[in-house]
Amino acid sequence: MTAPLLDVRGLKVAARLGDRAHPILKEVSFQIMPGEAYGLVGESGSGKSVTSLAVMGLLKKPLRVAGGEILFKGQDLLQLSKREMRRLRGNRVAMIFQEPMTALNPLSTVGRQIAEMFVLHQGKGWDEAQRLAVDALASVRVPNPDRRARNFPHQMSGGLRQRVMIAMALACNPDLLIADEPTTALDVTVQAEVLRLIKELCAERGTAVLFISHDLGVIASTCQRVGVMYSGCLVEENETQALFGDPRHEYTRGLLGALPRLGSRSQHGRQRLVDIDSIISDRSKLTETRFIAPRAAEGGQP
Amino acid sequence: MRFGFNFMLGATLTALVILAGILAPWIAPFDPVLDADLMNSELPPDATFWFGTDGQGRDVYSRILYGAQISLTVGIVSQVINSIIGVTLGMTAGYWGGWWDDLVNGLTNVMLAIPSLIFALAVMAVLGPGLPSLLIALGLTNWSWTCRIARSSTLSLKSQGYVQAAQTLGYGDLRIMFTQILPNMMGPILVMATLGMGSAVLSEAALSFLGLGIQPPFPSWGSMLTDARQLIQMAPWVAVFPGLAIFLSVLGFNLLGDGLRDSLDPHMRTRNP
Amino acid sequence: MTAPLLQVDDLHVRFPIAGGGLLGGRRTLYAVNGISFDLAKGECLSIVGESGCGKSTTALSILGLQEATEGSIRYRGQPFSGAGGPGRMQRARAVQMVFQDPYASLNPRQTVRTSLSAPLRLHGIKSASEISDRIEAMLADVGLTPEQADRYPHEFSGGQRQRIGIARALILEPEIVVLDEPVSALDVSIRAQIINLLLDLQEKRGLSYLMISHDLSVVEHMSDRVLVMFAGQVVEEGGWRQIFETPAHPYTRRLIAAIPDPDVALRRSERSERSADLPMLDGRAFVADGSVAPDVFVRPAPSELVEFAPGHKVRLAAAH
Repeated sequence: MTAPLLDVRGLKVAARLGDRAHPILKEVSFQIMPGEAYGLVGESGSGKSVTSLAVMGLLKKPLRVAGGEILFKGQDLLQLSKREMRRLRGNRVAMIFQEPMTALNPLSTVGRQIAEMFVLHQGKGWDEAQRLAVDALASVRVPNPDRRARNFPHQMSGGLRQRVMIAMALACNPDLLIADEPTTALDVTVQAEVLRLIKELCAERGTAVLFISHDLGVIASTCQRVGVMYSGCLVEENETQALFGDPRHEYTRGLLGALPRLGSRSQHGRQRLVDIDSIISDRSKLTETRFIAPRAAEGGQP
Repeated sequence: MRFGFNFMLGATLTALVILAGILAPWIAPFDPVLDADLMNSELPPDATFWFGTDGQGRDVYSRILYGAQISLTVGIVSQVINSIIGVTLGMTAGYWGGWWDDLVNGLTNVMLAIPSLIFALAVMAVLGPGLPSLLIALGLTNWSWTCRIARSSTLSLKSQGYVQAAQTLGYGDLRIMFTQILPNMMGPILVMATLGMGSAVLSEAALSFLGLGIQPPFPSWGSMLTDARQLIQMAPWVAVFPGLAIFLSVLGFNLLGDGLRDSLDPHMRTRNP
Repeated sequence: MTAPLLQVDDLHVRFPIAGGGLLGGRRTLYAVNGISFDLAKGECLSIVGESGCGKSTTALSILGLQEATEGSIRYRGQPFSGAGGPGRMQRARAVQMVFQDPYASLNPRQTVRTSLSAPLRLHGIKSASEISDRIEAMLADVGLTPEQADRYPHEFSGGQRQRIGIARALILEPEIVVLDEPVSALDVSIRAQIINLLLDLQEKRGLSYLMISHDLSVVEHMSDRVLVMFAGQVVEEGGWRQIFETPAHPYTRRLIAAIPDPDVALRRSERSERSADLPMLDGRAFVADGSVAPDVFVRPAPSELVEFAPGHKVRLAAAH
């Protein structure tokens, strides 16, 4: 039985405003196995992005961790010093964001920015790092990687920039990739290509993925297991197939009913979508029930 | 909205200047012009003459109180003129674009290239000395920054959905500018005007010091400094108090402007939970 | 079939762009290259396509916010664009728009009441009681209460703001509403509520919608007819069934295949791989299959939109 790569236990995050601490995450627990793609889905304000920032150790004031553990390969990330955390980021845990333009340095070529990862985390010399950077661009299927390595971020399209981000994130073969709404800003056909790329590359290299998205379709097409977040709580978690096929929590059911589905109009005619507020009696009680399905293969506790 | 210490200090200083100007006729112990008495000239500060007397025996304290009226008038009127010119040109240039935008931009660049005091001197030379021409001169000199800010605000506001919505609802250009754009850029314009008041007070002092502004015997802080020039060795208080008044009021306007900028900046505003 | 409310015929929009370099001449950006369509009363016509395909420029031309370079737009048979067109007031009562971003589409310094009463007053309604009645009725129609009229935009959630945006678009009782990505900035649960509201309002008021969207699941759910745009041209046009069940053009198929849909991802429903039969293809190539990014500075090669089934058209290279 394998140990989980990432084991988040009872994670609490609070926002301190004045003298009062407002709970933002209320005891969130989930595990990601090595090589597994795990999705967190939820609406804005559900706490899915805060969870990813907490794992990366990137929470900004007034947010701070108020309790719980984040075990990465058995080591509690919350106990690490800033310096140890920095060494981990980009090396063992990497992250890609929604807007690649803000995450890339506009004044430096993309080749140099990728090469920097090798210099910083693997102690490579610049010449070798530059060569590795071109290889990394080729691995994310950027055409003409030699020429593209000399481009500045603004000379690239949104889709290409996101590929560069993926190349940077995967440069040091991290164990875990955190993808926070990586395709929200992209056109649909580009989104499909980028999602396929992330899926295939991570499967090839055995990289685990924590995928954050508001888009149920994106999560369904990329992840093996899914957690549904609402108001700072993980309200339901299950294998993707089971979760979308047989949602147990009323919020998950509401969300799935609210989604216009391709093909449903030709089967059922044009019906009104489910209004989540009409099927949920009391939103404040939503987080009282939780459906966390046991992991099928491991059968409970790891 | 929350205000910092700087803003409170600026507001207090500005309020003091305003109160001094308004209340001068009642709180000034002497008439600033008529109560000249050569027997009492160049007296150091004492219980009767709080800030001492000048070369003609006039009470410096009373003259400073009345001088606040001049400084305030100059500061406010010149900034109102500046803002009207700057906002009108900048907003129309940003909204309409095209040749009008090019023309306004060119004009702005020319204005920015001429040192403002030299320009004001030239206007004063044409109009002659005195308060009205001083107001016109200072009102015509410093609109270029306001114009630039109004233009760039308009450019960014123009693409907001609510401005486009107003266009589709049939609003005319001028109505859109006045109901949709202007109210949303009042913050930065107000900040510019407040900061500009400080520099207008300084320019008034400079022009009066050069003899082109307020003519003696009427008290303005700048002309008081001119008079004090020959006495600075024997009676330093004649120069020190008008200088302090200029310093504190300009400081007040600037702190107020900075504070306004911070509290009107949406990024600095705490969000309602 | 009723006569079309809006007829767009061979619409072109080109922008002169300053060329690169110090002495670079002017280049022309070909944004919209010959779009034609009719919009019937009570119909929802969607224009789908990816960023830069010209769908927003087309919508702006209809709203009169963007001048057409060539072509004509007719409303109830009368010219609707150019010099012979109506004034902005008349246009405002015919066509209105719902914007994508509910946060930028409301003036932060105006209460809901001001946002809704100013257009009424502008269009000649002076009686305070009538204005107030119409605002209250309008707010009720979009699911808001009269008490909410005196609040400012920042006091509302994204979904409520979008309701206010819809109320503002409908306050002058236009016949046509342009929906510019009306739900793409909203959360899933709110999105469903707004889609339902738009469909209810359409039925109740007999509105014609021209929807601009990149979200094909929403388009399938709401539209009667669909135009697929690529590089400023319509590459496929048809009823929603034709487009989604028997897509003909490779670009349309690519777009549909790219939608992340939970059912398809889990293979619980096979996506129709069927494509339309094209008997008259005769070896003629499809134009712009979307595999290469278009060069917007080049005038597109001649091509024609061929109708191969009733109402179902696809763009092919010009016949030799």
